[in-house]
Amino acid sequence: MSRRIVIAGASMGGLRAAEQLRAAGWEEEIVVVGDEIHPPYNRPPLSKDLLAAPGSQEEALAAVQLRQRRTATDIQWRLGSAVAAADLAARTLTLDSGEELAYDGLVIATGLRPRRVPVPGPTAGRHVIRRLEDTLALHSELTSRSKVAVIGAGFIGCEAAATAAALGCKVTLIEGAGGPMERPLGHELSAGIRTFLQTHGIDCVAGKRVNEFLDVPGTYTEGAGRCAGVRLEDGTEVAADVVIEAVGSLPNVEWLAGNGLDLSDGVLCNEHLQVLGAEHVVAVGDVARYPDRRAGGPARRVEHWATPADTAKIAAPALVAGLKGDVVPEPAAPLPSFWTDIFKTRIQGVGSPALADTIEVLEGDPSRPWEGTALAYYRDGRLIGAVTAALLADRQLHYRKLVNESGIPAGADLAAV
Amino acid sequence: MKTIDVDRTLCDNHGQCAIAAPDVFRMNADGELEYEATFDDALLDVVEEAIDVCPVQAIFLKD
Ligand SMILES: Cc1cc2nc3c(=O)[nH]c(=O)nc-3n(C[C@H](O)[C@H](O)[C@H](O)COP(=O)(O)OP(=O)(O)OC[C@H]3O[C@@H](n4cnc5c(N)ncnc54)[C@H](O)[C@@H]3O)c2cc1C
Ligand code: SF4
Repeated sequence: MSRRIVIAGASMGGLRAAEQLRAAGWEEEIVVVGDEIHPPYNRPPLSKDLLAAPGSQEEALAAVQLRQRRTATDIQWRLGSAVAAADLAARTLTLDSGEELAYDGLVIATGLRPRRVPVPGPTAGRHVIRRLEDTLALHSELTSRSKVAVIGAGFIGCEAAATAAALGCKVTLIEGAGGPMERPLGHELSAGIRTFLQTHGIDCVAGKRVNEFLDVPGTYTEGAGRCAGVRLEDGTEVAADVVIEAVGSLPNVEWLAGNGLDLSDGVLCNEHLQVLGAEHVVAVGDVARYPDRRAGGPARRVEHWATPADTAKIAAPALVAGLKGDVVPEPAAPLPSFWTDIFKTRIQGVGSPALADTIEVLEGDPSRPWEGTALAYYRDGRLIGAVTAALLADRQLHYRKLVNESGIPAGADLAAV
Repeated sequence: MKTIDVDRTLCDNHGQCAIAAPDVFRMNADGELEYEATFDDALLDVVEEAIDVCPVQAIFLKD
């Protein structure tokens, strides 16, 4: 009987895993189970170009659908079907339909879902951005007269604020604890990005938490009704027709409960992306927490677009080798990379700038990032990351090379878990 | 030999392809993409990587 690898999650991580399983020589069954009804699609445009002009649902999907490698043949897609539970010892999954699905190898690719702002108030008019439907629903409420409040100033919050402002909306960005993209990029560049957002008419509110969602008078009954803005901790009210919550994400791991795994922040893996405590299970993409062999430090999740492909390239050969009884190949140590686009200005990063203890300006002026700047990020005296803003790709590649050449620290694989 | 085509209306000069397959894709000093339209079959793997890492899916493989 033919053996089967099941991939849970049918987004970019699931797609790249399927492709890499075939590339690693797996010729038996591959079944991908995903709860979204769409084939895998690209998420970055959801807060950028696609939010500005999605067209119809068909047009939007066509614009972002991911192409599948032609060499990745014979993959069974079970879309619109969620994995409800897993019994890793028995190697079976239970789908939301009640169906049991047995497997020989399992790939966890269930990604993240947006965290919500946990304060009381009405729900209508409040949005998150993760799925195609989210972007379509948000776009349909944005007009050039809309007042928009964005809560959270990470990548997605800043991008959504910029997109809404470019559509003519009046935007307030409620930053929360850190400044715009401060956690990954550092204080100086963050301050420059705030100036950039302000120059484009965005009202940035620093250092205040949201205490309550306001309701349109007369519509609020027991959590129903339409949101009319937010009240901040100091009592200030920010009126808004549309509220966007961009306060981070939660890993989709509930279906793995009861198997003795470490699910405290995604699913804990070793450097081969093999799940600790579970044979023949690997994880890829945003949900995987794995040792950062370059920057050192504890295992962590890397929520970047490049992660699904990077992790699939390590996880797939490890899973196939395990199932075939072969030696698991030495894992690569991919260099993380990310980008964001704000008002047509591209900010690109490599390595792990968020882990830096020292930041140095390499060129330009970070307080005016739109004019072109580059920064180096060090940890314990070693270059672990670089970020460029509004620089041409060849400069970015140059800095990437520097970070790449700074190498993997000795004993990094031991620093793991 | 195999052939590729980059859709210039999509390409955003991200430069990711030049990292994956430097023998085929380069970013010039103006920050723009230059590439070899045909490449040796031995490079198919790295070209597929380049196709994967292009954030806007601008690279197409032709037979
Ligand atoms: C709006 C937005 C903009 C972004 N912009 C950028 C950017 O500019 N640059 C950058 O580097 N990165 C960006 N990213 C990050 C990047 O898109 C993610 O890192 C990437 O999507 C991760 O892919 P994944 O497959 O691991 O997870 P996901 O894309 O989250 O996919 C997981 C899939 O599994 C499904 N699933 C969950 N639970 C179950 C279950 N129990 N059963 C079945 N299926 C399930 C989910 O519905 C989903 O389809 C952005 C992300 C978002 C949301
Ligand atoms: S990765 Fe894509 S967008 Fe970037 S330069 Fe290459 S083809 Fe253009």
